[in-house]
Amino acid sequence: MNRFLPRALMAPAVITLFLWMIVPLLMTLYFSFVTYNLMQPGERPFSGLENFHYFVTDPDFWPAVMNTLLLIGWVIVITVIGGVLLALLVNEPFPGRGIVRVLLISPFFVMPAVNALLWKHMMMNPIYGVLANVWTFFGLTPVDWLTDVPLLSVVIMVAWQWLPFACLIFITSLQSLDREQMEAARMDGANAFQRFGYLTVPHLGRPMAVVIMIEMIFLLSVFAEIAITTNGGPGNESTNLTYMIFKQSLMNFDVGVASAGALFAVILANIVAAFLIRIIGKNLD
Amino acid sequence: MKRFLKAGLVLALAGAGLAHAATELVIATVNNGHMIEMQKLTPQFEKAFPDIKLKWVTLEEGTLRQRVTTDIATKGGQFDVMTIGLYETPIWSKKGWLKPITTDAAYDVDDILPAIRSGLSLDGKLYAAPFYGESSMLMYRKDLADKAGIKLPEQPTWTQVKEFADKANDPKNGVYGMCLRGKPGWGDNMAFFTTLVNTYGGQWFDMSWKPQLDTKPWKDALTFYVDLMKKNGPPGAAANSFNENLALFSEGKCAMWIDATIAASSLTDPKQSKVADKVAFAQAPTAVTPKGANWLWSWNLAIPASSTKDDAAQKFINWATSKDYINLVAKEHGWHAVPTGTRKSTYANPEFQKVAKFAAAEKKAIDSANPNDSTLPKSPYVGVQYAAIPEFQSIGTIVGQQVTAALAGKATVDAALKTAQTAAEREMKKGGYYK
Repeated sequence: MNRFLPRALMAPAVITLFLWMIVPLLMTLYFSFVTYNLMQPGERPFSGLENFHYFVTDPDFWPAVMNTLLLIGWVIVITVIGGVLLALLVNEPFPGRGIVRVLLISPFFVMPAVNALLWKHMMMNPIYGVLANVWTFFGLTPVDWLTDVPLLSVVIMVAWQWLPFACLIFITSLQSLDREQMEAARMDGANAFQRFGYLTVPHLGRPMAVVIMIEMIFLLSVFAEIAITTNGGPGNESTNLTYMIFKQSLMNFDVGVASAGALFAVILANIVAAFLIRIIGKNLD
Repeated sequence: MKRFLKAGLVLALAGAGLAHAATELVIATVNNGHMIEMQKLTPQFEKAFPDIKLKWVTLEEGTLRQRVTTDIATKGGQFDVMTIGLYETPIWSKKGWLKPITTDAAYDVDDILPAIRSGLSLDGKLYAAPFYGESSMLMYRKDLADKAGIKLPEQPTWTQVKEFADKANDPKNGVYGMCLRGKPGWGDNMAFFTTLVNTYGGQWFDMSWKPQLDTKPWKDALTFYVDLMKKNGPPGAAANSFNENLALFSEGKCAMWIDATIAASSLTDPKQSKVADKVAFAQAPTAVTPKGANWLWSWNLAIPASSTKDDAAQKFINWATSKDYINLVAKEHGWHAVPTGTRKSTYANPEFQKVAKFAAAEKKAIDSANPNDSTLPKSPYVGVQYAAIPEFQSIGTIVGQQVTAALAGKATVDAALKTAQTAAEREMKKGGYYK
């Protein structure tokens, strides 16, 4: 009776969440094995692995996977390193720290579409953008960001948006750093770099893992920035897996191939997650 | 006693429900200026038709297309009136997904511009009513043409246009000879590029539905486009579509621009454009053939076949696309705000001609576009700047990406066209057009 009551009370919530998760997953699984195009409603014949084969043999498939991994990798590197540095910067009290912290956090609340538009038109435009003006000020020809380095441009936009998130997690984590241990280390003669390397970084190990996990989940589905700025870039240079699914299947209303693509994205996510958990998990106890 | 009270309550509520017999129409629409105007005029409609209430669902074009297509294909019944383009109408009417629009004599269906009417009809019946139409044309700076000593005829050739672009190109002073769309997308760069291929004598698919992307007209068109933009185009052209080029031209940075006729309305408005008094118009340039040199597009209102509110929907659509509606907008907001590109009577109206200096050029462009005959060799598809098949959105965007790759110098013309051809063949085979 003791174990039954709490379980029975939790059951409705757990069952709802479980259904919420399992029904779309099973339907995606089902659709990936049939030929189903919304524009040709009618029979939905079983077609085995044909959808998967069609998706993988797309010449854009491997470049898209590569671009997805590059995008995730670079954004994580920039946000984690930048986040730690920024968090350290605003860790000590100084006049106006509250305002600075709010300003540091705010890019995260900008909608991805707005973010992309601002970068595309205000910053990266090679004729009248802010960056173009800075380049001409120094006498250099402005960089045509979205044409010459489309993936890097998307990385910059996404990293700018996610840096505050990492920064926020690290700020709160640094608040719980043991001051007395720091004092003791300083009195024992440890310099700033040693204190950072031996005390701060291990303390930030767990939040780093959290940041990397969450960012990885969300960065896999980056779409708005690409659709608004480069539409996949010259050729397929800024096409990631999500955009490829959109271009190939959602525009076609081909539910079968889109579901197959989605399952590929899930597999990719799991592989990357397994890698990262191995690397980060080793640092945790 | 309690049971009597309960019964009485239920009856009272039912009665109240019955009294609210007004039909509610859910209208899915695109977020352009004309539709927002229409929403503001809802009270006028509801006054004229007291038993119909309007509920608006306004979405951006890409989202609208996705939701509306998903709803109609799955017979979801979410929307009673849908805003669809000239692209969807032939596909959906052929599948029997749309109800024909019934009109009366006062509506004067013959007043609708014939090019658009034919694009929206199947077997002589109108399946969607247009509320906005456009074609494409050449907009150029008259002052720069005079300075270069060039006089462009009403229907120039690409050779003449290139000559002007070369002469007017002056990047040091911030003027670029030619601004064109470069952003990949079936409705972005491919809308323009398809018209270029058309006028070079090419087509998307031959009569057996085989893609023709590796043929001479495509090669000539892409080589010309890449050279022209490399020499005379603004930097960043590969990310520019309608809005970006509009901003550039309005700032005085473009000598020429080929795009939707409605752009002329903003370019000649001193409140929006720095060069408002220096803009002149010509028809879209031609190369080998004038066929398909300028595109045709319209936004239209249609009724899904599964609709249960057919009567109310027809009444609304008739109201929204009638001559009276145009007069209403003119009265409320002025003639510069009326939806253009649909009716002959709009263009014949002297008040409209006074405020729309581009009207004559726009009407000429729309009249000359024919979605049923826009390529030199005979084509199996309908559409000027697209092929009205469901697979085109995907194919058009993939090919658009390759065109942008060639423009950005990331791929040679031949390599880009080869990749595009392979991708198009793949999609057409999957769609079952040929084995």
